[in-house]
Amino acid sequence: MQKTISWTTAAFVLFTATTAAAQDAAGRNLAASCAICHGTDGRIATKDSPLIPLAGLPRDHIATQMRAFRDGKRPATAMHQIAKGYTDPQIDAIAAWFAAQKR
Amino acid sequence: MKRRDFLKIAGALSLAGCAGTVPSKARVVIVGGGFGGATAAKYIRKWAPAVDVVLVERESAFVSCPISNLVLAGYSSMPEISQDYDGLRRHGVQVVRDEAIAVDAAKKTVRLARGGDIAYERLIVSPGIDFSFAEIEGYEAAMQAGRVLHAWKAGEQTVALRRQLEDLRDGGVVVLSIPLAPYRCPPGPYERASMIAAYLKQAKPRSKLLVLDANPDVTSKGALFKKAWADLYKGTLEYRGNAKAVAIDARSMTVKLEVEDVRGDVLNVVPPQRAGNIAQSAGLITHNNRWCDVDWRSMESRKVPGVHVLGDATLSAPLMPKSASMANNHAKIAAAAIIEQLSGRAPQSDTQILNTCYSFVSQKEAIRVSSVHRWDAKDGTLKPVAGAGGVSAARSEAEGTFAWNWARTIWADTLA
Repeated sequence: MQKTISWTTAAFVLFTATTAAAQDAAGRNLAASCAICHGTDGRIATKDSPLIPLAGLPRDHIATQMRAFRDGKRPATAMHQIAKGYTDPQIDAIAAWFAAQKR
Repeated sequence: MKRRDFLKIAGALSLAGCAGTVPSKARVVIVGGGFGGATAAKYIRKWAPAVDVVLVERESAFVSCPISNLVLAGYSSMPEISQDYDGLRRHGVQVVRDEAIAVDAAKKTVRLARGGDIAYERLIVSPGIDFSFAEIEGYEAAMQAGRVLHAWKAGEQTVALRRQLEDLRDGGVVVLSIPLAPYRCPPGPYERASMIAAYLKQAKPRSKLLVLDANPDVTSKGALFKKAWADLYKGTLEYRGNAKAVAIDARSMTVKLEVEDVRGDVLNVVPPQRAGNIAQSAGLITHNNRWCDVDWRSMESRKVPGVHVLGDATLSAPLMPKSASMANNHAKIAAAAIIEQLSGRAPQSDTQILNTCYSFVSQKEAIRVSSVHRWDAKDGTLKPVAGAGGVSAARSEAEGTFAWNWARTIWADTLA
């Protein structure tokens, strides 16, 4: 019985680890698209950028702002149109990924 | 040991990896160091440092097509739009200055013009465009005589066109001819028209720009471009749709359309385009003798297994422009997929990328178009997400600031 439990636990740990890695990759891949304006990994690489770095911002802040753009609550030149292309889980994955990047 | 032998042995060693992790010597060869190829090189090294990346590029420097129209007006310069490949070398990319001339997909080798054969595990071909000069009678002879320029690959011809505009007498006529879509950078010709008109208005106010478009109407951001032209360049810029160039007479400096001839002092005729030459010799072309169809979840060729095609050379997905932003994002799809494939896993299938293209309409004002493209399993392609994307509310200096931010940021994301 003890043995059965540990096998189950091991399988569960392995499953969640794989799922977490896949989710990280999903967030990474979605967020990579943003780099054309927001910089590689959300780090601003240019002088005089009008944008703030996304890398290391709190996850909830990024997700809230994306939803505010999407729902027309925060005005923008471009982000109100772009944010409409992302679902809630996608926004959460992008936000988690940028939040985890070093500033 | 000869270099080619060394590369062959290194390639053979790379077969010894096991599923699950990237084999320690897996090599990805990338042909072409533009927005697609350079981004792929950087991101593969960044996301999987164990992978050996060789970038084959025939030029010593990258010259950006985006912003090159501003060079024509004197608002930017060649040094500003040019960069070397040292940034990629710092990521551990082996940059080889050579030209790929053939691919043996069965043996998994690329033949270089000077360097022999290189073996690969996965190959990325990001060749940009080449021109179908033969579709415009007399084009090549006129180009060799210096009587017509395309300047649709930034570089020598950008400099030459700028010089011709500077040498133009006040009261002269510039002809800009646009090919039928699809071509590289849908809004590019209209940005160019705006930049040439801005220069003429300021430096040679009695001169005129005639825009001859093979398409029935402006193909991208039409309302915004036309408003800018009406507000800013009335009397300088004249636009004609359904005006396809079929021949050029260099002696009389005439562009022949289907129904009339148009004479100019400067002829900037952008020819019809197709995937870059190596796509042809590698057998990657699938449609209209021009473009390469790919699986958008991995950018792998639908014709040649193990070979990924990026950027302008691809058969575009619905409403997807041939743009620098797209090439850069194609590269990230390919990088992620190749790392999975080298590890013995299938690529992820929830692909989604976004496009943003800015165009300047005056020295400081720009307009923008954005779209989001998501994998559609039913139709097996990337499709624009309904309700997302759009264009600028109006031209503005704010969009101009964002346009410069985009340019400098994508250059860094691609090359640094």
